[in-house]
Amino acid sequence: MLILKPSDIPSSAITPREQYLDRRRFLRGAVAVGAAALGAERIAQIVSPTSGVFAGTRLQTVKSPLTTTGEDLTSYQYVTSYNNYYEFGVDKSEPAKNAGRLPVRPWTVRVEGLVKTPKTFDIDALLKLHPLEDRIYRHRCVEAWSMVVLWVGYSLSEFIKQCDPLSTAKFVQFLSYYDKKVEPWAGDSAISWPYSEGLRMDEAMNPLTLLTFGMYGETLPNQNGAPVRVVVPWKYGFKSAKSIVTVRFVAKEPHTTWNDQNEQEYGFYSNVNPNVDHPRWSQKTERRIGLPFYAQRKTTLMFNGYGDQVASLYKGMDLRRYY
Amino acid sequence: MRRSTLILLKTLTWIACLWPLALLVYGALTPEGLGADPSARIALSTGYTTLVLLALTLAVTPVRRLSAKLAWLARFRRLLGLFAFFYATIHMLAYVALYSGFDVHTMLDDIAKRRFIMAGAAAWLLLLPLALTSTTWAIRKLGGRRWNLLHKLIYIAAICGVVHFWWQVKTGVLTPLPLTAIIALLLLARVAYALWKPQKKKPVTA
Repeated sequence: MLILKPSDIPSSAITPREQYLDRRRFLRGAVAVGAAALGAERIAQIVSPTSGVFAGTRLQTVKSPLTTTGEDLTSYQYVTSYNNYYEFGVDKSEPAKNAGRLPVRPWTVRVEGLVKTPKTFDIDALLKLHPLEDRIYRHRCVEAWSMVVLWVGYSLSEFIKQCDPLSTAKFVQFLSYYDKKVEPWAGDSAISWPYSEGLRMDEAMNPLTLLTFGMYGETLPNQNGAPVRVVVPWKYGFKSAKSIVTVRFVAKEPHTTWNDQNEQEYGFYSNVNPNVDHPRWSQKTERRIGLPFYAQRKTTLMFNGYGDQVASLYKGMDLRRYY
Repeated sequence: MRRSTLILLKTLTWIACLWPLALLVYGALTPEGLGADPSARIALSTGYTTLVLLALTLAVTPVRRLSAKLAWLARFRRLLGLFAFFYATIHMLAYVALYSGFDVHTMLDDIAKRRFIMAGAAAWLLLLPLALTSTTWAIRKLGGRRWNLLHKLIYIAAICGVVHFWWQVKTGVLTPLPLTAIIALLLLARVAYALWKPQKKKPVTA
């Protein structure tokens, strides 16, 4: 198997650091201008040094044997400007413009439900819970586009061990941050908020499931789900909940946002599966973001290419029925 | 209208109609010029341009009827209609090349299973005979009455195009609304005209 070292990633795939730092400075400027139109209270919240520093903090990382090799990384520019984050607008370019308002510090994650004792974790404690790893994953959206992203985090299982779930806990539910004063764009769609997603316990415990704090060596930009999200690389992107505030252990399959919206189009499992079409398009192929139009089309792999690690989770299940 | 004015206006129309294509070609030739998802950009841009040009084609007759001074607008109808077909064809070819990957099985599967593709394919197929019979020779050959009747297919094609747009977007997304309203208005204007148009004098019977 080809193992790529960081030095093997083609330099063309990496946006120069100065360039994206510049972008951030521009964004901060834009945020400041926007803030001028808001109350003074909010200005303090948005341009306070803590959140400013947090947005660009370099993270100490270690290598991971679970990283995906042999793929060119999608440029930082596209990963941060082509987003589905409906609380900040339905168009893909909107989250990058609007998510600056997300108050990522202070931030806590509430653990509740079927656990020994409910707990609240501070984001700084979570960052130190386990060494942060660099993990390159393919990211396949249900809309049939895909990216390759360098995430930073550790296996969700490390966090779950700290939560002491009871043996009756069969599923874990993630709730995203929601405040309609901060996210007025949430009303642009008919979705009921907060965003809810969930995994079966064994899926959540699979080492590939990443509790994610950063990407490309730095803390997550807000539009990518700062300050903490999950990334489940063998499932369609919407399963990977962003900006998590609550982790709830439950006995029954939790309700999930897109499944509530349209059951036929978005199943609870939503494993990447080229053999099960979305009602409005085929899932056999995908368009890789950032490539020229004639080179975008790629064959979609079962479980997004992670079958060796996860296929056993679904042994005996009819994946056409449990899509 | 003076001949020179007509030539000038036609030239401007050609430039305006080719502008969306020029933007795509320029984008394709510049690194990252078509953004994060170039295939989607090409498909969405050509589809949207088709509907805009169909709306403009449909606008010619109702606007012309507002005043005898606007009769010259009729001379632009064929040009606009043919450009609508031109963009519809690029749109369809973009699907064939970039989405189906020239795979006949995928295309047939899509048409059979996906109603938005079915509606789009129907719209293109309805426009095809109109483009083929757009020459002066074809009008003479068919005769005005039959030609007129055939070209009423543009109404169905426009409706199919709008339905195709709605079925393509996610539930709850309202992007197709403005174009839908305009095309609906232009079709209703025809109904209104048919109901209230100046009655032709009937021969007086004894």
